[in-house]
Amino acid sequence: MDIYRAIADRTRRAILDELVDRSGQSLFELCARLIMKHGIGSSRQAISQHLDVLEAAGLIRTRREGRSKLHWFEGAPLKAIGERWPISTAEDTSHSTDEDNEK
Amino acid sequence: MRINWTSVCVDDQEKALRFYTETLGFRLKHNIPLGEHAWITVVSEEAPEGTELVLEPAGHPAVVPFRKALVEDGIPYTAFAVDDVEAEHERLVAEGVRFVQPPTDLGTVITAVFDDTCGNLIQIMEEKAQP
Repeated sequence: MDIYRAIADRTRRAILDELVDRSGQSLFELCARLIMKHGIGSSRQAISQHLDVLEAAGLIRTRREGRSKLHWFEGAPLKAIGERWPISTAEDTSHSTDEDNEK
Repeated sequence: MRINWTSVCVDDQEKALRFYTETLGFRLKHNIPLGEHAWITVVSEEAPEGTELVLEPAGHPAVVPFRKALVEDGIPYTAFAVDDVEAEHERLVAEGVRFVQPPTDLGTVITAVFDDTCGNLIQIMEEKAQP
């Protein structure tokens, strides 16, 4: 599963938003936040499938705490986006303009 | 018809009675020996004549996978109302209670979820005053 497909879905982006808000959430907590804060009333089963997609893309990881399965956001795979399409800063832009002028 | 009792399945009735009275602060109402187990109920100090919570032995084989699946997904099957979730969270953490979910503002309610040490997750819920 590539990260582009994983974050192409609104519900999956909302899941990541909520995991950034608080790390280590159960499926129950995520579902409660999605319905109450985002109006996303998908079934627990549907959310569980979204979590599987995000986990396959490496964007979340899970850990057992006690007898509960909790979920964490993992941002590292998103670095690939910035590496592929580097964000030029204002400084970079002026620099390249200077170079253009020199030519 | 009235809803006078509701149940929570517990691994160990004696341990549960201690947790539900000494830690949570409910009051023992009935403790009637029934052979291997007992019919144990507790009530809220705030409503001693209100609904009784039956501490039901989790002996039936079907209870095991049922509760395991609920706990795995963090689902509290039982919920109690409180006036102040933050204050209860602070009090219970000081008593050594483990929270799966700290107080969380969900718009109309504030909730938190803790482990009752008897095989269940319990939700406490504070309804926010409507503006």
